[in-house]
Amino acid sequence: MYWLKWAGLPVMVIDGAGRLAKGPALLMILGAAFAVSVVSVSSGAYPLSTADILAVWMGDLDDEVASMVLFDVRLPRLVLGFLVGAVLAVSGAILQGLFRNPLADPGLIGVSAGASLAAIAVIVLGGTWLGGWLDLAGVWALPIAAFFGGSGTVLLAWRIARRAGQTSVATLLLAGIAINAIAGAGTGLLTFYSSDEELRSLTFWTMGSLGHASWDDVAMAAPWLLLSLCAAPFLARPLDAFLLGEQVVGHLGYNTDWTKRAAILIAGLGVGAAVAVSGLIGFVGLVVPHLVRQTLGAGHRIVLPASALAGGTLLVGADCLARVVVAPAELPIGLMMALIGGPFFLLLLLRTRIA
Amino acid sequence: MLLHVDGLGVHLSGKPIVRDLGFQLDAGEMLVILGPNGAGKSTLLKGLAGEHKMGAGQVMFVGRALSNWSNRDLARHRAVMPQRVEVNFPLTVEEIVRMGRPPEPLSKSMPVLSELMELLDITHLRHRLAPGLSGGEQQRVQLARVLAQVWSTAGPVLLLLDECTSALDPAHQQQVFSLLRRLAKQRGFGVLAVAHDLNLAARFADRLMLLHQGQSYISGQPSAVLTEAVLAAVYGLSARVLELDEGYPLVIPQDDARVSAYAEPSLSRFAPLNPSCRQAS
Repeated sequence: MYWLKWAGLPVMVIDGAGRLAKGPALLMILGAAFAVSVVSVSSGAYPLSTADILAVWMGDLDDEVASMVLFDVRLPRLVLGFLVGAVLAVSGAILQGLFRNPLADPGLIGVSAGASLAAIAVIVLGGTWLGGWLDLAGVWALPIAAFFGGSGTVLLAWRIARRAGQTSVATLLLAGIAINAIAGAGTGLLTFYSSDEELRSLTFWTMGSLGHASWDDVAMAAPWLLLSLCAAPFLARPLDAFLLGEQVVGHLGYNTDWTKRAAILIAGLGVGAAVAVSGLIGFVGLVVPHLVRQTLGAGHRIVLPASALAGGTLLVGADCLARVVVAPAELPIGLMMALIGGPFFLLLLLRTRIA
Repeated sequence: MLLHVDGLGVHLSGKPIVRDLGFQLDAGEMLVILGPNGAGKSTLLKGLAGEHKMGAGQVMFVGRALSNWSNRDLARHRAVMPQRVEVNFPLTVEEIVRMGRPPEPLSKSMPVLSELMELLDITHLRHRLAPGLSGGEQQRVQLARVLAQVWSTAGPVLLLLDECTSALDPAHQQQVFSLLRRLAKQRGFGVLAVAHDLNLAARFADRLMLLHQGQSYISGQPSAVLTEAVLAAVYGLSARVLELDEGYPLVIPQDDARVSAYAEPSLSRFAPLNPSCRQAS
């Protein structure tokens, strides 16, 4: 144990393995989450100072516009952004543990594309072929479809990549390319046949956006997102065993099949619900768990909570940036994440190739 | 009786790999399974470890059919070391060894972890990341994890070890096999180990079992199993076997006259494409 010093000041504790000590690191991420949240609610087309926010929050400032911007626009957006980011990062961490590969991002293996295809199908075909589904599921039609699209794709990728009890990672990534292509073609086809109005809501799905976040969205998605976040820690120990190989999970006394199904369900549920309210947002599930593993270690008891916090923080931060760079317009958050995540992914590939 | 196997058959994608195999293992006994590549050693171990479904026969573990044990109970009494464990994630040696422990606070695990890391000579590696270790070091780390799993178990313990010293240097091989023997004799562990090193097996095992085409060819005391005739029949190995005064055999492989590396007439068929290679030889 020693202190990492910056400009002579002790800033962080380093443990024997040269990694950040877990407690202080979690506190630091928590601090960053808070800071980003404050920046997020204050920045945008209608700027609010920290003092304004506090005043409106306490009810001291009687400004109807400020109060509406804060409570009906910025806060639901912040809550949704944080939850979606947390769930995407945690799902990424779970899938990477399950597939024993740090590249198994929900976007790469086609989970997000499957979820978004199902959602788009409900939008475009809801009036015609899938009318019965809309009648049956009501307001839940979209998120449920996205959920089944997501978890169905995980299962499909899993089945394709598995042979004789082993999961081939190369096959998995190739299957992901194929699944992404097929889902992309389906999405394209639906886009081709959609009306102008449908097209507008489609774009939202394919590029990802938190721009329309309302408390209704939060109410619809939060239970599933929270369920997935709360269930994930129960998988921490068996997922650790997965890092040593599928057979070791059974040797250590865990039920391998049960663990796999639970992991797929939790990740599918989370990504499905996230896609249902925010569309396709890639790279959070790849970048965040990777950074967490590099700095805090690969044990899931630290990776899962730290990824949740850091994923939420990253997405809220990226959302801020997306609002600011082309103000008063805003970039779709999915686009923003791709701008950040794409180069990072390349860097990752180059570094692993050199190492 | 710790382990009682009777008429065991294991199939892999329809092919019988282990056939009609029967043997017993007592607590405190060390049984080493030998046999040529593809004889079914690993398949047998995987069958006993629950990775492959057993097709026929019966396996009793501590008087209860293996299939009637719950995963959790089994993990307390049976630890398994697979032939290969590949770690792609940045886990430290200490973290991996700790994975064998049940959920318990680190302060409770620590004495066990320290003892095992000392026994397997990996204490100096405890904070190193596993993907950067050599093959032999990784093997010792995995063995420490396997032992950590049953270290505090009161009652019967079975160790299933698939080539647990294949990557180790001679000194570490000796260290590991002495440790296993000591665990059998002093703590009553039943040790079932697959190995290839005949002399190592002969020196440390109580009994040897020689597998051939999925069946037990011969089993018993090392001096009864490792004879020149048996080795020739099962491995096609021509070797001289000396009976040492210490009471176990020593196998010395002979220069095999049947292998003709430079059979003149066929040389042209295997001639290297690069002419400079031929000049060099």
